[in-house]
Amino acid sequence: MAEHSQTAAELEPQASEAVEADEEIQGTREISATELKGITESLIFVADEPIDTKSIAKVLRVDQSAVDEAIQSLVEDYADRSGGLQLREIAAGWQISTRPEHHEHVRAYLKSKPSAKLSLASLETLAVIAYKQPVTVPEILEIRGVQSPSAIKTLLDKRLIVAKGRKETVGRPMMYGTSKEFLIQFGLKDLSELPSIEDFQDLAGGET
Amino acid sequence: MTEESQTSETPQAADTTKRHAAPSISVAGAAPAIAPDHETDQLKITLGEFEGPLDLLLYLIRQDQVNIYDIPVARITDEYLRYLKLMKELDLAIAGDFLVMAAQLVELKSRMLLPRDPLAIEEEVEDPRSELVNRLLEHEKFKAAAQMLWSRATVEQAVFTRAEIETDKNNPEVAVGLFDLLTVFQKILARHKEEVMLEIEREEVTMAEMIERLRNMIRSAGELNLVKFFERAQSRRELVVAFLSVLELVRMAEISLVQRETFGEITARAVAAA
Repeated sequence: MAEHSQTAAELEPQASEAVEADEEIQGTREISATELKGITESLIFVADEPIDTKSIAKVLRVDQSAVDEAIQSLVEDYADRSGGLQLREIAAGWQISTRPEHHEHVRAYLKSKPSAKLSLASLETLAVIAYKQPVTVPEILEIRGVQSPSAIKTLLDKRLIVAKGRKETVGRPMMYGTSKEFLIQFGLKDLSELPSIEDFQDLAGGET
Repeated sequence: MTEESQTSETPQAADTTKRHAAPSISVAGAAPAIAPDHETDQLKITLGEFEGPLDLLLYLIRQDQVNIYDIPVARITDEYLRYLKLMKELDLAIAGDFLVMAAQLVELKSRMLLPRDPLAIEEEVEDPRSELVNRLLEHEKFKAAAQMLWSRATVEQAVFTRAEIETDKNNPEVAVGLFDLLTVFQKILARHKEEVMLEIEREEVTMAEMIERLRNMIRSAGELNLVKFFERAQSRRELVVAFLSVLELVRMAEISLVQRETFGEITARAVAAA
């Protein structure tokens, strides 16, 4: 709930609340690079959410920069191997997942269907929130030209957006922003990875 | 996706959008479509929750293939009003937003009809349409952005992480839903029912007092097991007040609720002041 909320600026240090913000973890013991690489990979594998280098460094009591190096080396390995798994940076952490090109077979085995996607109304509302956050309902209405109460409810239910307090203006409307879950579900490292909204200008107005 | 199925039901609408909008926009443009079928004398209507006045306007502009920077206001206004009339005839509840836009369009139309001030310097005369054009462009940008999100989500859905392992439940930051709270509440209520109640005197606890009690308990202990808190309640009524005060403090973001495992006990914690 509240712990999950973050503003765009605060996205960096995330995974473990025990880790002090912006404090580089200093190692107190030496692990060989090869071993560190293996351990790092194991931790990324077992973490149920994308795990950041700081958390890994903290658990292993090694320098954060050493973990960064281990991950870079792992990233190269995964790329060279071109196997069934990929190592990606998501929501300011690292995650091991299958490659999208194998989805058909993975899905067949898991007997899973693609989960219900968001309606276009919800997606459009989410787009407005992602780019304009923190944003209030009246501001969303201004851009969309339609009320979006059900879309906002859906997005809250799916934990893609979170309330970000109230705006100190008439009526003190609630402000919304995107959550970490949003980054995970849309495969984003952080919010800056979203293409600039101005890039959509050409698509929108440029065709005439 | 509902819009997808709607579009496939009205191929006419899909075709028109495809013809002139960039393909990326056509998906987001679940255009309002009223397609008259002359043979059966029936009208096919597509009106999803997605459609608002801006969408309708964009649709009309695309349909007429006019330059968005040079909208023939009179013509588009007429078409817009014709749509509204149709919707009215079909007994569709027209959202207020549509009527506001209609009023704005008519106003714009009348302003376009007025002769320009001959003394005004050409560059300083602002096109009365520019505000609307900007709104339309802004709106369309976000439609394109929504489309981008849609593609990203599609790709992400093709990516799988490992299945949950046993220890995953040790992540305490699981958001507690209202239903989890209700379950706890019901458990306590049931327990209360079983006890033989000896009500000696009625003690009325007000909401304000209960909130204060909750605050104090959390403050002194750092965190508070909700079961313990509810158990202190002396009567059913007090229990209800206790429950409401938990909801109130969560709403005011003073406390957060943490459940360490599914169906486990729920703990209340003070939210650190930002």
